Amino acid sequence: MTTMTSEHSSAPATGIRRWLYTTNHKDIGSMYLIFSLVMLLIGGSMALLIRSELFQPGLQLMQPEFFNQMTTLHGIIMVFGAIMPAFVGMANWLIPMMVGAPDMALPRINNWSFWLLPFAFGMVLSTLFMEGGAPNFGWTFYAPLSTTYAPPSVTFFIFSVHIMGISSVMGAVNVIATIMNMRAPGMNYMKMPMFVWTWLITAFLLLAVMPVLAGVVTMMLMDIHFATSFFDAAGGGDPVMFQHIFWFFGHPEVYIMILPAFGIVSHIIPTFARKPLFGYHSMVIATSSIAFLSFIVWAHHMFTVGMPLVGELFFMYSTMLIAVPTGVKVFNWVATMFRGSMTFETPMLFSIAFVVLFTIGGLSGLMLAIAPADFQYHDTYFVVAHFHYVLVPGALFSIIAGVYFWIPKWTGVMYNESMGKFHFWLSFIGVNLTFFPMHFIGLAGMPRRIPDYALQFADFNMVASIGAFLFGLSQLIFVYNIIQCIRQRGCPASPQVWEGAEGLEWTVDSPAPYHTFQTPPNLDNLRSPTGHN
Amino acid sequence: MESILRHLRVSGFSIRLLILMAFTSFSHGEWGLNMTESATAIGREIHGLHMTIFYICVAIAVVVFGIMLYSIIRHRKSLGAEAKPFHESTVVEIIWTTIPLVILVAMAIPATKTLVAMYDTETSDIDIKVTGYQWKWRYEYLNTDVDFFSTLTTTQDQMQGLEPKSENYLLEVDKHLIIPINKKIRFLFTAQDVIHSWWVPELAVKKDAIPGFINESWAKVEVPGIYRGQCAELCGQGHGYMPIVVEAVSEEDYQAWLITQQKAQKSANQVSKLSFDELMAQGKTGYDKNCAACHQVTGMGIPPVFPALKGSAIALGDIQQHIDIVVNGKAGSAMSAFGEQLTPTELAAIITYERNAWGNDKGDSIQPAEIVSFKQAQGQ
Repeated sequence: MTTMTSEHSSAPATGIRRWLYTTNHKDIGSMYLIFSLVMLLIGGSMALLIRSELFQPGLQLMQPEFFNQMTTLHGIIMVFGAIMPAFVGMANWLIPMMVGAPDMALPRINNWSFWLLPFAFGMVLSTLFMEGGAPNFGWTFYAPLSTTYAPPSVTFFIFSVHIMGISSVMGAVNVIATIMNMRAPGMNYMKMPMFVWTWLITAFLLLAVMPVLAGVVTMMLMDIHFATSFFDAAGGGDPVMFQHIFWFFGHPEVYIMILPAFGIVSHIIPTFARKPLFGYHSMVIATSSIAFLSFIVWAHHMFTVGMPLVGELFFMYSTMLIAVPTGVKVFNWVATMFRGSMTFETPMLFSIAFVVLFTIGGLSGLMLAIAPADFQYHDTYFVVAHFHYVLVPGALFSIIAGVYFWIPKWTGVMYNESMGKFHFWLSFIGVNLTFFPMHFIGLAGMPRRIPDYALQFADFNMVASIGAFLFGLSQLIFVYNIIQCIRQRGCPASPQVWEGAEGLEWTVDSPAPYHTFQTPPNLDNLRSPTGHN
Repeated sequence: MESILRHLRVSGFSIRLLILMAFTSFSHGEWGLNMTESATAIGREIHGLHMTIFYICVAIAVVVFGIMLYSIIRHRKSLGAEAKPFHESTVVEIIWTTIPLVILVAMAIPATKTLVAMYDTETSDIDIKVTGYQWKWRYEYLNTDVDFFSTLTTTQDQMQGLEPKSENYLLEVDKHLIIPINKKIRFLFTAQDVIHSWWVPELAVKKDAIPGFINESWAKVEVPGIYRGQCAELCGQGHGYMPIVVEAVSEEDYQAWLITQQKAQKSANQVSKLSFDELMAQGKTGYDKNCAACHQVTGMGIPPVFPALKGSAIALGDIQQHIDIVVNGKAGSAMSAFGEQLTPTELAAIITYERNAWGNDKGDSIQPAEIVSFKQAQGQ
């Protein structure tokens, strides 16, 4: 390597060009994370608008039509704009550092897959200003409400989903290529950190189902503009077929949003328990089993569409099975804490809350799996409570935990610990205040996606709205803490950062140099995740 | 130290909430905490399944969170706890894979039984076809002439907070679905436009109404009473405004109702000549109930999705075109065909009202007979 090129490759470009043209996994990771944070705040504001309207019975702030646009955009933005890009951002930052690679395997594709996202979501948000309004058919966009009866902006929505899909597929290809080809010598599959494992499996899920999503929106496009009748019974089609295809994508998608969370928590709990992760092998097997099962349970979202009895039974049994590997993971985390030497820094607090609240979401999921009972739960606030428990104190808490855990490595500065703890407690109380009462109003009979409700649901809705504002506003503390780290306000962090941290990323300086592991690291002194040297 | 104690308190919080939920479930849902008690045998079975799986979940939660809590209290670095680096045990893994599996099988057996019973729609006493429309329900009692629409009666003023909300706010309709008790009622569900879902919690019936397809479900109500439910599948802007009210009555009352209903149905289609004032009065009632959700009480609509009728080209234009759009709807838009939903008298009154309200002042009036002849000309 000549001096010229090494200078070129060691210092980032300056100004906007650095961010537009960068192929550096750390820069791209940062952009993904910041993008995701912005989307979280936009999607969160929409959630607060929804909760404001539902604060009391009656129509106060908005018409039902706009309410439906808000629920739709909130869902789309949170799923595709906040949670998924946050995990991709972490994958970018961490996977090369964890496997001892200098960068992602396909850096230019990496740049492109990020830069598609602002355009996709810019387009989604622009539909708010279009004639006929934004998409108003829910994030699950069931036909024919999303085809024959949709506002004209649905075409832009379809195009955005295509772009998001392309971005996700390229991201997934990149993760797989990196993990398979660029591990440091000596790091075999059973020595890979859990985050790398869960992301590898997630990437395969993405590869398998994003094309299915692209297919179903393309069929919608054909129905809307090219007079086909895929989802129109009058032309020989079937609206229920839409749901089958959508959920064949949608259920693995649920695990795409939770498997990396499992990975993150599997790093944080051992660190602060000062013990190796309990049952590394069973964790890998459990994650793979969950991924496999995710392909054969999709119709549990559709127990009321009128499937034949055997279909209902099949999907009930397969869904119940998911409780087994998920249970194994939870038991393993608890066993990791057991007889540890625990401290409770902010990442650990969020991770413990993750285990507890994700488990509550998992248990209500087990209830939903019981098909006869699901006839009463389906499309009520019980379901809303369930999936928010797995997505907010589940996926989102794991992301927050991960940011607190690794931000000293990313910025070289320790975040403010007391503010972090304050953020945790407000979030923890807020999230439970928001979503726990939703179990009750759902069981009492309140359907989801309604802008106004009968009087008996009023009390708990008010509690949920208050909780939502507490939760939403407390995220500003998080934003402030992140900004302070980026601005280098705080104590400098050591390379090790956390006393109990294990893994290659903790062997490099904090902040991590722009280029790491240009020569493969020596793994001899590194304890493998299985606990052996 | 302090933060750990707080942590303990709050971790315990969610468990306590779960337990609280378990205890309050005995209080018949008057706090609105638990699944509605059912008026059918199947509904009670479902409720039983729900409670069983709930208690299992609580038990699992208590054990898992209990152990976790114990570790959090005892195995803290600040108490001098030393980490024991054990990290693998195949025996333990097999145990905690097997136990959940056994619980699940035990749970699947009763669930399967109930599901089989729910799917047994054979040998029904009465068949009722239920059709979802944006945003109302139509009930056809098969093998009788009884066929009517059931629409929300809660007023716009109540929704907008201009008058106090009634007891059954958003859960009240003009015509109840009347069924006899202790008879097996088979429901056949379909929809006219988008997918709806017919749900009455106390009957434990929820089934999607899908355009172009027929779904089945059944209920045998044992207790007379009024049971209220709502559409459960997002079906557009009026999704929250198409409730279901089922009234279970004795067999005699049901037969008597059926006869009067059949008579009423016949007379509704007979038309007489009405004065302009009568048309306008009936028209306002009909308009506010059927049209105002989109076109607004003021006739201003919500452009561009729901056009204004005040000063509109159709309301001030050719009468036949005006009748056509109300009777047949507008394809590819939210404007549904009201021709079969409303009687000729109601249609005539609404059209007259639209042409003369809000300063439209067209001055003409449409008689029910004109609607009848329009529909006849169309072959309806």
